[in-house]
Amino acid sequence: MTSADMSAPATRTRYSPLHQAHVDAGASFTDFAGWQMPVRYSSDLAEHHAVRSAAGIFDLSHMAEIVVAGPDAGAFLDYALAGKLSAIDLLQAKYSLILNEAGGIIDDIVVYRTNENEYLVVANAGNRLQAFEALSARSARFDVSVLDRSDDVALIAVQGPDSRAILEATEGLAVDGDLAALKYYRALGGTYRDGTVLIARTGYTGEDGFELYVDVPDAAALWDALVVAGKAHGLVPAGLASRDTLRLEAGMPLYGHELNTSTYPAQAGLGRVVSLAKETDFIGRAASEEGPSADARVLVGLVSAGKRAGRADYEIFPSTDATEASGVITSGALSPTLGYPIAMAYVAPALARLGTEVFVDVRGSRIPATVTSLPFYKRQK
Amino acid sequence: MADKSELQYTAEHEWVLVDGDTATIGITAYAAEKLGDVVFVELPAVGSDVASGTVVGEIESTKSVGELFAPINGTVTEINDAVVDSPELVNSDPFGEGWLIKVSFTELPSFLSYAEYSALVGE
Repeated sequence: MTSADMSAPATRTRYSPLHQAHVDAGASFTDFAGWQMPVRYSSDLAEHHAVRSAAGIFDLSHMAEIVVAGPDAGAFLDYALAGKLSAIDLLQAKYSLILNEAGGIIDDIVVYRTNENEYLVVANAGNRLQAFEALSARSARFDVSVLDRSDDVALIAVQGPDSRAILEATEGLAVDGDLAALKYYRALGGTYRDGTVLIARTGYTGEDGFELYVDVPDAAALWDALVVAGKAHGLVPAGLASRDTLRLEAGMPLYGHELNTSTYPAQAGLGRVVSLAKETDFIGRAASEEGPSADARVLVGLVSAGKRAGRADYEIFPSTDATEASGVITSGALSPTLGYPIAMAYVAPALARLGTEVFVDVRGSRIPATVTSLPFYKRQK
Repeated sequence: MADKSELQYTAEHEWVLVDGDTATIGITAYAAEKLGDVVFVELPAVGSDVASGTVVGEIESTKSVGELFAPINGTVTEINDAVVDSPELVNSDPFGEGWLIKVSFTELPSFLSYAEYSALVGE
């Protein structure tokens, strides 16, 4: 055997612990960061509408779970991340960012405080290594361990107005507390059968909903139990296609589209996530204090009339005859809920004022669009 | 719905039903499935001349944009207004009510047979 024969392929396809359930449900699959994940089961529009009107269940097991534990866990995360994680309560969640020294975004994450000295960092599947390596490298002078538990933990999201009723009706799921009283971005412990589960009131759809972190061996049975409990409520399995249109309507950024290593949080409207009020130093602080240049493009919402949607990478012009683009769409679709095209885009500051009319180059024709505030859709509470 | 085995196909995942000097054209179930839910269809004007291999329309889903290629040289004699009003017909009945355009032609190129197309998409 030659050395060439022994070299492993650069990437290997990964499968969720729930893969068989998706196959049985008739899912179509797509590659997402090396994972074969359900893109839709039957209709991405039907799945989208089900989440807005009843509930949908998503497999997010491709996402990365990194456990940070030790006496210095809070102080370490204050140094490694943009936010002040030492200040959050037990079982509180916080959206945060891993910045690089230049102030760019390595990943956007959700951090849960799972114990006095233990945190769960949930990173994007595509940034699993980058997030883990950044945290590991930054941990050197802290009394803390950084452990990638992604392969041991599955993540199931139940999203939509009927989510709570479905969790409460799920056989074998015991929650240590009252789901009805659980606030947004708070979590509760619990068990499914004999295993522990973390149940968080978080999500990426703009609806009420929950995310359940469960050990891999229990994941398939929990998925099935949730689906059974959801039957009476119109729960449907929902794929990544609907997840993308749901999060876009809710104005939530997607790493690789709205966020990347050369984008400052302030450009993305995430200045509030960077805690410059923090007393201590953190990676990316100096660059964040300086901020992006005055002419740096900023993230805006765009809405159009008609049905032709501007999509990622389509250029934005200040007029119908301008020859130089002054912006670019990062995510765009015909909004299933609203019925008209919506997009998130980076535009020159001169075009960022609400109500500004711009023109999107949709495969050769310039479609007018209006700068609007985010989110496009906000649920009625 | 047309009998799939009686239709002819292109490598661009379109089907062609030839009747005299008119070809009815649509996209295959495989293409519709890959696109996802179709939400917008733009078709060429009736009376316009189309050249084989050129883009003459668009089929947009929530996730992506598919181009409609003319599989033949000719003149558009009819478009499916029902599919413009109800783009979901492309998903629900791609070989029937989801047809897209009719083109009159003088010369018929060679297309893929059902067996050849099935092999192409691995079905």
